[in-house]
Amino acid sequence: MSVDTTTVLTERLARRGVRIFSAAVLIFLVAPVLIVIPLSFNQSTYFSYPMTGATLGWYETIFSSAEWRAAIVNSFVIGLSATAIATVLGTLAAIGISRPSFPFRGLIVPILIAPMIIPIVIVAVSLYLVFAPLQLINTHLGVVLAHAALGTPFVVITVTARLMAFDNNLSRAAAGLGASPWTSFRRVMLPQILPGVATGSIFAFATSFDEVVVILFIGGTEQRTIPRQMWAGIRDQINPTILAMAGLLTIFAIVLFLAIGWLQGRNSAPSR
Amino acid sequence: MSAMELTSPGRARSRTVDPRAGYRAARRREALRAFLLAVPLLVFLSATFIYPIGKLLLMSVQSEEVVNAVPGTAALLAGWPGPPELPSPQTFETLAADLQKAQQEGSLAAAARRLNNYEPGFRTLLLKTVRQLPSTSGRPYSEELPKIDKRWGEAETWRLLKRAATRYTPDFLLTAMDRKVGPSQTIVPVEPSQAIYVDAFIRTFSISASVTLICLILGYPVAWLLANLPARQSNLLMIFVIVPFWTSLLVRTTAWYVLLQPNGVVNSLLVGSGLTSGPIALMFNRTGVLIGMTHVLLPFMILANYAVMRGIPPVYQRAAVSLGAHPALAFLRVYVPQTMPGIGTGTFLVFVLALGYYITPALLGGAGDEMISQIVALQMDRQLNWGLAGALSVYLVIFTLAVYVVFNKLVGVDRLRLG
Repeated sequence: MSVDTTTVLTERLARRGVRIFSAAVLIFLVAPVLIVIPLSFNQSTYFSYPMTGATLGWYETIFSSAEWRAAIVNSFVIGLSATAIATVLGTLAAIGISRPSFPFRGLIVPILIAPMIIPIVIVAVSLYLVFAPLQLINTHLGVVLAHAALGTPFVVITVTARLMAFDNNLSRAAAGLGASPWTSFRRVMLPQILPGVATGSIFAFATSFDEVVVILFIGGTEQRTIPRQMWAGIRDQINPTILAMAGLLTIFAIVLFLAIGWLQGRNSAPSR
Repeated sequence: MSAMELTSPGRARSRTVDPRAGYRAARRREALRAFLLAVPLLVFLSATFIYPIGKLLLMSVQSEEVVNAVPGTAALLAGWPGPPELPSPQTFETLAADLQKAQQEGSLAAAARRLNNYEPGFRTLLLKTVRQLPSTSGRPYSEELPKIDKRWGEAETWRLLKRAATRYTPDFLLTAMDRKVGPSQTIVPVEPSQAIYVDAFIRTFSISASVTLICLILGYPVAWLLANLPARQSNLLMIFVIVPFWTSLLVRTTAWYVLLQPNGVVNSLLVGSGLTSGPIALMFNRTGVLIGMTHVLLPFMILANYAVMRGIPPVYQRAAVSLGAHPALAFLRVYVPQTMPGIGTGTFLVFVLALGYYITPALLGGAGDEMISQIVALQMDRQLNWGLAGALSVYLVIFTLAVYVVFNKLVGVDRLRLG
């Protein structure tokens, strides 16, 4: 009996320990952003509390600065173009590799995942080496191609995961009823995998939207994106404008996160 | 109906010949069709990813600049046995002619830069020599060159020139491991003052391993809690993991940059609470790198473990306890082994991503915390030493692939999920 009570006690203690520890870790995860964003409303340029007064001035600076505006536009243009390429190519490949008949899977899957795993600096330096003679350095096209390559693994992984739940008999049934492969894809398979495709494309977009290293090496002054502009800002003379941009990006991150959550709700809906 | 009639004779014929052959042909067609779907992406990645990286890795063994600049000398030196004798007087004459021609053609600068990678000072030697060549008195160059610079009278200089004047070279791969080919064709360590790359690899490894370990220690209990709480509470707490995960890497690094400053928020808290008497150095050192990298990579560890833990039925552990096992023992021997795929995936992701880190150490680290990625960037960007950048990349890619292979063996790449 006494053994039992001590076991129960230690178990309860362990549980409480895990709760306190986890709470500390979770606070560590969110604290930096929660502490820093308010400083973007600080009137003074010091990065410490207590704040001297609240202002929207730093946010105003961003929207009135031609450089920041160009960076924001560039980020979206490059991100959306790269996402379009990554989504189309990645989805096709995912449909291919999830077929049981797919050959050389063990060799090809690692190649498709590689852009996620190979250190980004190596990718950036290699692209410089190859793009320079082709005059793709300092061009939108070069950056879009590079970002599309970096985004494809995310599309491949999410669509493949989604396809695991797809019943191939449905495609067969459609074919048996006389649907062409294209019709069968568009009317039967695509609606089912669409949440996976959308999740993958959001990942691909976020990858491009947040990418600094490749753009440092192959994007010139014309291709300044938000991360590129922030990097320069931190390196030169950090000021609260950077924090204001950080605030905007955090809001954007929450929007993307909510989009993924919504898509995952749709993801699990049909199967359960 | 007409379509059936069109296709059925062919099928019927093959079936009559050999049903198995027909089946195999159909399977091949299916495999081909599946493969064709992946072809566009494979072609795209070949052009934008595989070919460029292959080219960079090849740079590690290529050395064309010197041969192209002094082709005649290279040919003659190929037949020279090496120290202690000096090359033939003919070689001296050819070199003088080659150098002047290279100067006119504009290929000298690249060759000089490459030679400088072998021996600091070689560049000045070449440029000085080519500047003074026209004003020599017309005696044989085997006498004139050593007069311009006494290094031309040393066999060691010529040995280096011979080594550099070959199209393929192991030298960059050796340099990246702090080794070089010594005078007697043996591989020897470089001078201690130049031996920096092995240390950088060890540092990259130890930083990545530390970050992985910290993430595992911090992340495992959190993942366990999230997986075992009632769904509503768990979903709420999950926001604390996923919002940072989605927040821009640069935003998070910037936040730490601001927080960790000598007069930043963390230091004012430390001093204000009396924990330390004055501000302590939290960034531009290893502490900053570890804090920043852990913060960025921790969500990967939590999410990977959470995904696995959520699928583990609690009955096994309960059964072990009801059979008399101590809860701690039941946890260690029954629960933890079931979470191995999660631990494996999380560890793999964090370690591999940490190996290639660039931004966070560049912003939060100090002079002593350079990771291999930063050195690759430096060699390419500032030193224009493509050979060494390629060689360092070769090792980094090999290490990364090795980690991938181990992961794939132990856990399987199919377990890699997102979101």
